[in-house]
Amino acid sequence: MVKWKRLPLNSNYAVAYAVKDADVDVIAAYPITPQTTIVEKIAEFLANGEFDAEMIHVESEHSALSALVGASAAGARVFTATASQGLELMHEILHIASGSRLPIVMAIATRALSAPISIWCDYSDLMNTRDASWITFINSSAQEVYDTLIMAYKIAEDPRVLLPVMSAHDGYIMSHTVEPVDVAEDPEDIRRFIPKRRDRINILDPDRPVSIGTIVRPEWFYEVKYQQVVAMREARKVIKEAQEEFASRFGRRHDVIETHMMDDAELAILTYGGIYGTAREAVDMMRAKGMKVGSVKLRLWRPFPADELRKALSNVQAVAVVDRAISYGTPIAGPVALEVISLFYDEKDAPKVISFVAGIGQRTVTEYDFVGIAEKSLKYLSSGSIPKETIYWGVRGVEV
Amino acid sequence: MAERSQRIEIRWHGRGGQGAVTAAIVTAQAAIFEGKYAQAYPEFGAERRGAPVNAYTRISNTPIYTHAPILYPDVVVVLDPSLPWDMVLRGLKENGTVVVNSKRSPDEMREIVKRSDVRIATVDATKVALEKLGVPIVNTAMIGALIRVVPVVSIDSVIRAVKETFPGRLGEANAEAIKASYEVTRVG
Repeated sequence: MVKWKRLPLNSNYAVAYAVKDADVDVIAAYPITPQTTIVEKIAEFLANGEFDAEMIHVESEHSALSALVGASAAGARVFTATASQGLELMHEILHIASGSRLPIVMAIATRALSAPISIWCDYSDLMNTRDASWITFINSSAQEVYDTLIMAYKIAEDPRVLLPVMSAHDGYIMSHTVEPVDVAEDPEDIRRFIPKRRDRINILDPDRPVSIGTIVRPEWFYEVKYQQVVAMREARKVIKEAQEEFASRFGRRHDVIETHMMDDAELAILTYGGIYGTAREAVDMMRAKGMKVGSVKLRLWRPFPADELRKALSNVQAVAVVDRAISYGTPIAGPVALEVISLFYDEKDAPKVISFVAGIGQRTVTEYDFVGIAEKSLKYLSSGSIPKETIYWGVRGVEV
Repeated sequence: MAERSQRIEIRWHGRGGQGAVTAAIVTAQAAIFEGKYAQAYPEFGAERRGAPVNAYTRISNTPIYTHAPILYPDVVVVLDPSLPWDMVLRGLKENGTVVVNSKRSPDEMREIVKRSDVRIATVDATKVALEKLGVPIVNTAMIGALIRVVPVVSIDSVIRAVKETFPGRLGEANAEAIKASYEVTRVG
């Protein structure tokens, strides 16, 4: 029996506990709000001797991820964390990490991008990494943050996958909110779930020399990149296996999506991150008033859980997708809304997809916003005219 | 049938340096020790000594999913009575509770609060803090006052939480501040 201790932790500290319990070997990071306290807490664990790892102090996020590329290529289990401009500065190395098939794990406390400067939460930083070939989870509670980070090593290091993993949570809205989290009483229980493997082919080893990251000419480059396509496809299976084993060992079940009150729902609200919980409670408020509304949480962004979502949304008349990032210059500007629309392209009797953007730069989103979004969506549905452009919910000076 | 959800939402008002955020977290921590569900978070603005600071605690017997700010608190705890009252009372539920750091009696305080529906509790937390801690940091004294008038968590759990937050002598002194303030809080 695995024993747990229930601690009051914010999502940043939940990450730090997971890093300790996963027995990470090398950490390299550069401070940026609201991520900073993750690495501070890890430093405290190391100083107290609660686990042992190499902490590399670097001069930028670009260097942080570069250091981990080296450490991971040498076979170490590695970790970093960042947000916002820090993630942007890493961008070049994001592709080098995934293209080199290195199982790096990174936590993101999501934050808006400059300019103008905002230290507050939205998902602009994470969504800008969409095509970097990183497996990307978005968490909705501090417990999910802890559990996902542990599973991230299982998934990333699987020989069928060998891709880096990002595990995100809302800056401030989660990074600085204390919630109850069950953490392992004995880290060995976690370590038995994610034993360190040395059977990767891409480990630099003098006894078995390989080259990583060399120039590849047009005759082979396409095939190498196609392997990443295959790895992402394999990841879908590996993620499911990891979740199953996690549930049977530890008794906590997570899935790539989660649904609430969807059995007889006419309208679904689909969103991700900390505000999913707000949407879920709004659904309960609306159910009490007799509105047939359900909610769907997107926990996995890449690989996109297409089959699961198609199934979950098969019986609703409409789905309101609430995004917290803007893809500028396109009629549908919500990154997740675009994916959901493509799920149902050319399908008969497909649900109508209504794209909303909300919470930009941490503009407050409450249960009442979700009630408003649902009422608006049902009105569109009954009028038979579904907007072909994203609705910018909560922006001042614009009539919606 | 699911257990009926009972949720208490508390908003803390103080100034930078008074420890409102710590008070919100310690109270949540005490609830978590009791097996309840709880959340605590600061208002996410710039943190400067002397500037108004809000913090929030949610406590429930059922899981808390929302991450929305508390707009309609059941309780407001006022660490500094010089803060503007329209700000402090904003959204406070009907028949809610106001807990104020003040030398005044609850009846005198009602003249200032100007709401007949709410319950008012007062405590001279500055005096308690100076006696027990030697500094006018009133957060733990205000926790004692809060749980006296709204027993969302037991005094034992709060003392355990405060001792874990402040190990050693500082924790002992803060536990004393909680106990003392719990005793002298006046409810109107």
